[in-house]
Amino acid sequence: MQVDLRILRYDPERDAGPHWVSYSVEAEPTDRVLDLLHRVKYEVDGALTFRRSCGHGVCGSDAMLINGRNRLACRIRVEQLGRRRISVAPLPGLPVIKDLVVDMDGFFAKYRSVQPFLITDGPPPSRERRQSPEERARYDDTTKCILCAACTSSCPSFWAQPDYVGPAAIVQAHRFIFDSRDEGADERLEILADQDGVWRCRTIFNCTDACPRGIEITRAILEVSAAIVERHG
Amino acid sequence: MDQDFDALIVGAGGAGLWAALELAQAGVPTAVLTKLYPTRSHTGAAQGGVCAALGNYEEDHWEWHMFDTVKGGDYLTDQDAAEVLAREAIETVIELEHMGLPFNRTPEGKIDQRRFGGHTRNFGEGPVRRACFAADRTGHMILQTLYQQCIKAGVQFFDEYQVVDLLFDGGEVGAGGRAAGVVAYRIADGELHAFRAKVVLLATGGFGRMFRITSNAWSLTGDGVALAYRHGVPLQDMEFFQFHPTGIVGLGILLSEAARGEGGYLRNDSGERFMARYAPNLMELGPRDLVSRAIYQEVRAGRGIGGKDYVYLDITHLGRKMIEEKLPDIADFVRTYQGIEPITEPVPIQPTAHYAMGGIPTDLNARVIRDADRTIVAGLYAAGECACVSVHGANRLGTNSLVDLLVFGRRAGRQMARDVRGLELPDLDRDAIEPVRAELRAISERPSGESPARIRADLADVMMDNVGVYRTEELLAAALPRVRALQERYGRIHIDDKGTVFNTDLLEAREVGYLLDCAETTVVSALARKESRGAHAREDYPERDDVNYLSHTLAYQAEGGPRLAYKPVTITRFQPKPRTY
Repeated sequence: MQVDLRILRYDPERDAGPHWVSYSVEAEPTDRVLDLLHRVKYEVDGALTFRRSCGHGVCGSDAMLINGRNRLACRIRVEQLGRRRISVAPLPGLPVIKDLVVDMDGFFAKYRSVQPFLITDGPPPSRERRQSPEERARYDDTTKCILCAACTSSCPSFWAQPDYVGPAAIVQAHRFIFDSRDEGADERLEILADQDGVWRCRTIFNCTDACPRGIEITRAILEVSAAIVERHG
Repeated sequence: MDQDFDALIVGAGGAGLWAALELAQAGVPTAVLTKLYPTRSHTGAAQGGVCAALGNYEEDHWEWHMFDTVKGGDYLTDQDAAEVLAREAIETVIELEHMGLPFNRTPEGKIDQRRFGGHTRNFGEGPVRRACFAADRTGHMILQTLYQQCIKAGVQFFDEYQVVDLLFDGGEVGAGGRAAGVVAYRIADGELHAFRAKVVLLATGGFGRMFRITSNAWSLTGDGVALAYRHGVPLQDMEFFQFHPTGIVGLGILLSEAARGEGGYLRNDSGERFMARYAPNLMELGPRDLVSRAIYQEVRAGRGIGGKDYVYLDITHLGRKMIEEKLPDIADFVRTYQGIEPITEPVPIQPTAHYAMGGIPTDLNARVIRDADRTIVAGLYAAGECACVSVHGANRLGTNSLVDLLVFGRRAGRQMARDVRGLELPDLDRDAIEPVRAELRAISERPSGESPARIRADLADVMMDNVGVYRTEELLAAALPRVRALQERYGRIHIDDKGTVFNTDLLEAREVGYLLDCAETTVVSALARKESRGAHAREDYPERDDVNYLSHTLAYQAEGGPRLAYKPVTITRFQPKPRTY
């Protein structure tokens, strides 16, 4: 079938600003949006620019705004979109470099700011640390994060306050705060209790809806908030 | 713009990150260059597990792991390397746990372990629980954990800097030159940067994109492998490329061997567990080369599903709880990409190009070697899939790719940290970046010509159809002129994007050239090996021939095509025996 693929194009070396370009693309219902983007790039205009790597939803490169929702282009099939007109734009709220490529440096800086690594005191044992299956299950959900930025760039609080650390960084902090082996919760909760931390969340649930890994992000944010309240009693 | 570091690491997958961590902890000024963001690296796509003889459920020994690795590699594995791999697997997995990796746990709180193809107890008696795992996203957790530790250690990253050339001091590799740095293309603005260093590690991964059906990321284009080859490093054992048995039909997306490790079946059109004919002892847990061939045989005999070119992976009997807890991601892939519910329906699968056993030859400490005498290339190192130690021989066992990049990434970092001491920075010509600048400019400025994407697609077809699971003289001899014709067309490529900002058109064109080098050396090496061993299955020479071919292939770049040489296999504990499962 023919699909009307509309892409928000922008080349900083040639264009005054972003503009929509329409492509009529032959597609199978089972094609992913990434397949359509490749068809345009390889058969129509090699200058069309987007990131992608693994092509099956685990590397987090190709998050973009597809028919008004943040998704991974390699995970969404044409038939799931339910219509023959498909619009593709860069992730909202992040500076656009070219076409569908956004500047991710600020996003990763926020990720690094929450101390996203295991913090422990003292030397480790000679074998593995023990952790019960229940303790392991406590933070399982937030270990799935692939740092694609679909959540943070879908968040109205982040659009309004670009200094907000954002859902993805809180998810990463959650993964350690609720890990029974970690001893850095105090430092992380201190960072997230900042005015640009968890309190910016207005429980709009856009992040949870956007997550391609199905992480219950809003819930994770609320659990971190509750831990801050508990600690400061 | 030029920058100096003591150590450079090209690639931010598991091998590169662990090496970076070792160097940072030793206080060596180090830069990691990656054409992606580190967390996008393909280590993150590994699913099923990482083997280490921890014995958390049942008796296990590193000697058994070593034996399985040697036998799995059809005795082409260098046994000193397999010993290092199996021994150090244990301490690296424990170290990963200490770094915070969220392994699944046994009821006692130890690292959980499951079965995997070709991994056995007591030298082949039956399957053993050796694969340590974090659900079916073990690679994701390894990549995340190592990146986290690199952040903690303050490693300096150059994200989205694509390395496009290697620099040498004192001549090319063949003339005894020493690695002196790299040229990197900053993707954001198209500027070329010379990075000078005392030691350089290539950790650029594989080149599965030379095949049509592959589990590999779009970024796996053999960059480091081809660049080393162009500067005079031979490529070892390129004829051995692994096809994983269970890829999603048509797409090649991997469905982990863990599905069979947890008890999944393979069935043909009549519902029969056909592996009984091919590996009566291990059944579905036979090694990958054998299982992929079995699927081809079933399809040829008309026993594919509906007579077509695929069979079923059946996990319906495992039950919802097991699938949701231990195989959640692959269940999700099946739902997302096939619209099938794996809890209740069998899943259509076919073999998918997965892993390069061959690559840049190294010694046990990741130092690149350039001939059969194991002469070291000063300053140059390689680890992970781009390297060939060789621990995988003619066929890699499941999970051993992760073991390889952990063990030898760590060894690379430690060796580099030792080697930089007392070294001065090498000399670099002021115009060192000019050759690659001219090559890139020639592509950009050509007003019209061949499409690199078309060439890549044609290459993927010929490699899939002629250089796949089964090979013959006829197929390989027909492939060679076709690859050469593609190389000739590549000399006339043209791109649309003439800009400097995020020019993926130009970079992908460059990558097609790397794939062509990898393909040519693969075909030439495969033509010359007139036997069947591991993943190299010649229908015209169906038997293994230890008299003539128990040796590693080395392919050197030369006028008129690759020149081949051979290097002996290191055999220590296990004499070659017939390989049955």
